[in-house]
Amino acid sequence: MAAHDILTQTPAGLYCQAGDFYIDPVRASPRALITHGHADHARSGHGAVMATRETLAIMELRYGADFTTTRQMATYGEKVRIGEAQVSFHPAGHVLGSAQILIELAGYRIVVSGDYKRGHDPTCTPFEVLRCDAFISEATFGLPVFRHPDARHEVGRLLDSCRAFPDRAHLVGAYSLGKAQRMLALIREAGWQRPIWLHGAMEKITELYRAEGVALGETRKIVGKERAKLGGEIVICPPSATRDLWARGFSDPVVAFASGWMRIRARARQGGVQLPLVISDHADWDELCATILDTRCQEVWITHGAEDALVHWATQRGLHARPLHLIGYGEEDDTEAEPAA
Amino acid sequence: MNRFAELLDRLAYEPSRDNKSRLIIDYFRTAADPDRGFALAAMTGELTFAHAKPALVRALIAERVDPVLFAMSYDYVGDLSETVALMWPHPETSPDANPLGLGAIVETLHKTRKIDLPAQLSIWLDALDETGRWALLKLITGALRIGVSARLAKNAVAEFGNMPANEVEEVWHGLQPPYLDLFAWVEGRSDRPRTTDPAPFHTPMLAHAIDDVDFLGLDPRDFRAEWKWDGVRVQAVTGLDEHGQRVTRLYSRTGEDVSTAFPDMVDALAGAEFDNVTIDGELLVVRDGLVQPFSVLQQRLNRKTVSAKLIAEYPLHIRAYDLLMENGEDLRPLSFDERRPRLEALLARYRGGRIDLSPLVAFDSWQSLAAARASPENAGAGLDADAIEGVMLKRRDSIYIGGRPKGPWWKWKRDPFNIDAVLMYAQRGHGKRSSFYSDFTFGVWRENDGTDELVPVGKAYFGFTDAELLLLDRWVRNHTVSRFGPVREVNANKDEGLVLEIAFEGLNQSTRHKSGVAMRFPRIARIRWDKPARDADRLESLRKLLRN
Repeated sequence: MAAHDILTQTPAGLYCQAGDFYIDPVRASPRALITHGHADHARSGHGAVMATRETLAIMELRYGADFTTTRQMATYGEKVRIGEAQVSFHPAGHVLGSAQILIELAGYRIVVSGDYKRGHDPTCTPFEVLRCDAFISEATFGLPVFRHPDARHEVGRLLDSCRAFPDRAHLVGAYSLGKAQRMLALIREAGWQRPIWLHGAMEKITELYRAEGVALGETRKIVGKERAKLGGEIVICPPSATRDLWARGFSDPVVAFASGWMRIRARARQGGVQLPLVISDHADWDELCATILDTRCQEVWITHGAEDALVHWATQRGLHARPLHLIGYGEEDDTEAEPAA
Repeated sequence: MNRFAELLDRLAYEPSRDNKSRLIIDYFRTAADPDRGFALAAMTGELTFAHAKPALVRALIAERVDPVLFAMSYDYVGDLSETVALMWPHPETSPDANPLGLGAIVETLHKTRKIDLPAQLSIWLDALDETGRWALLKLITGALRIGVSARLAKNAVAEFGNMPANEVEEVWHGLQPPYLDLFAWVEGRSDRPRTTDPAPFHTPMLAHAIDDVDFLGLDPRDFRAEWKWDGVRVQAVTGLDEHGQRVTRLYSRTGEDVSTAFPDMVDALAGAEFDNVTIDGELLVVRDGLVQPFSVLQQRLNRKTVSAKLIAEYPLHIRAYDLLMENGEDLRPLSFDERRPRLEALLARYRGGRIDLSPLVAFDSWQSLAAARASPENAGAGLDADAIEGVMLKRRDSIYIGGRPKGPWWKWKRDPFNIDAVLMYAQRGHGKRSSFYSDFTFGVWRENDGTDELVPVGKAYFGFTDAELLLLDRWVRNHTVSRFGPVREVNANKDEGLVLEIAFEGLNQSTRHKSGVAMRFPRIARIRWDKPARDADRLESLRKLLRN
């Protein structure tokens, strides 16, 4: 038994023949197991979807109740038989409801990580290390220059800036699902008690987090003319909104962006960001390396991101490593936001 | 070091001058001596470390990380200091928690022998975080690139001490890092530092632009007029140091010492054997007695090295406007009419031919001055008229006041040229304007293979009001035909297109532009909502304006 006997790469995504299912397929498929709710992993139109309760709720919120014909709820740690394979979902620490998927067949264990991180996040269940024979890891930040500092330190920089520029609104670009709510929670942990202002595009998903029992403090939706009066306040919006018509009402805002990409100065500058906050929901280089070693796997497949560096690193350590060039995964929310909000 | 690193980090990302200034002032307020003084020295380019070279940094990282991973990372990041700062491995033992001061680092660096530098640098890099390492590497390799000019940093010191902007500039050249005396003075803890510089800078006097209404209250008999030469305003200073050696310096109007950029002019000044003098004048290129237009002088600007060929082809000259100091006597409290004969007498004794007097323009009424301004060639300037951008009006009784006081001096520029051009492309601006299409590329018609096409002739990003910018931005969004990154191409043909009236100061031949011309100082004078695009100007009419 080897990893490629269990999972194969197809144009629709990773396919498991033993269970006749796909994982995070990018095309409509008869049966899909979904790791988490980001749009590049969770698409609508599959025949049957298995995911955690939270992920199913996120998909329904985004695509409507008819996003799939049948759904099956997965509980963290519970083993379920699908065809000949035994499948279980385990926390990935990426966003609310995110999961790694463990597939067991004839004693061989293979883990599809989905997106994951090991850093502090009050809004979702922390990553769980799974011993396995083969590990399929994401590599969004698969270069040794990506080392995320403690998110609490970065939030401290944001609050310092609010104090240093009490007349300027602080627009924090953050992906709508996951990052925005994690920012809210981290800002609350740092002791900020003022209301936090939200762009309209992230309201519903934030409500879903609240309904799931995640404490986020008071948030307010921004309406029209108020924008000019938000000096010293924190406003969370989709990253593209900071450069759109929507941002115009603010008077001389400080534009911040919470993302692992902010580690690279040129990327921050190209985006017109004045306060880059290195806060990511993906594993950084050190976490990727540590996680691969923690799983004690002999084989590792590296997907979506900078595969080459991590493959090189794993090979140096005697692991069987290969890149999986899966197409269709990337950052969500990269499109321009609607100007209205 | 951490405070300094945070400052550099914020400055590198902050596009607005005002906000940069606020960040610097906030740092001066909270950082201690001598750290803040060394930070000021770093921002004004006064710190250099002879032994710290990029090769040394490369060698350090090569000992610590996998070369393949380094190559991939460097390729991705594109900046050596940044790559090293991010990749530097965490030390196995937790470093000394004692925070390093910038002052201690700078002082140690100056004492450290070349051979000991790698070990010393490693200790620091182990102790700092990513931002700290980046700042340290940028500092020692002398490539800060944080968009802060020396002038901005010095003005921030002045503002920190609630002083006029030029006060710090005036004492600057006698001071040394870490500027303890300067900070003590601006904080009101001690007297103004004594300038020991034998050839110090004095803030030049600047003029306001004159409007038609301003003339109503002015009597022509109170004023002298001079040509406004289109060169680079400079201050030439000579003095004797404590050993009796002559020191000669050339300053820009902002107080920057530009002597090394114009060594031939400095030599000419030294050769003039003036005693202690400070001359205010215009740096020009003069060939065969003819003043060359600004585009010729431009060949001498922003050069890293100055070749003998460059010096021979672009001979420099100073046309003197004023005399501020002579033999230790401060002439600035004298009136213009008292200073002028002193300047004339000084230059009458000089035989070198590289410095001369800016002539006065005779006039008896505003009408006759207007005529001189309109055609300087017929008012005494002759063939030099191409290098004149207007006239200066100076009150005969005006004392010399550094800065830009309103009233004593006026500048009256020649009317700009105007053309009607068609908007072709628009690009998003920066900072405050990042959500606006505010950089506009415009073109004029020319014939190509029997049909008319638009050829771009320039780019303008000011001249309009905020209200007009809103309208322009909306027009661009509603008339976009394609996008390339931040640039939008807009509808521009004979029937559809937005005509912009462009004002500019002059036109030069250019081989770098498709149209063959380059505008000086173009701005949008008016938006011609009323004018059909087909009636915009043609390249032929623009080319008629070419000088020479």
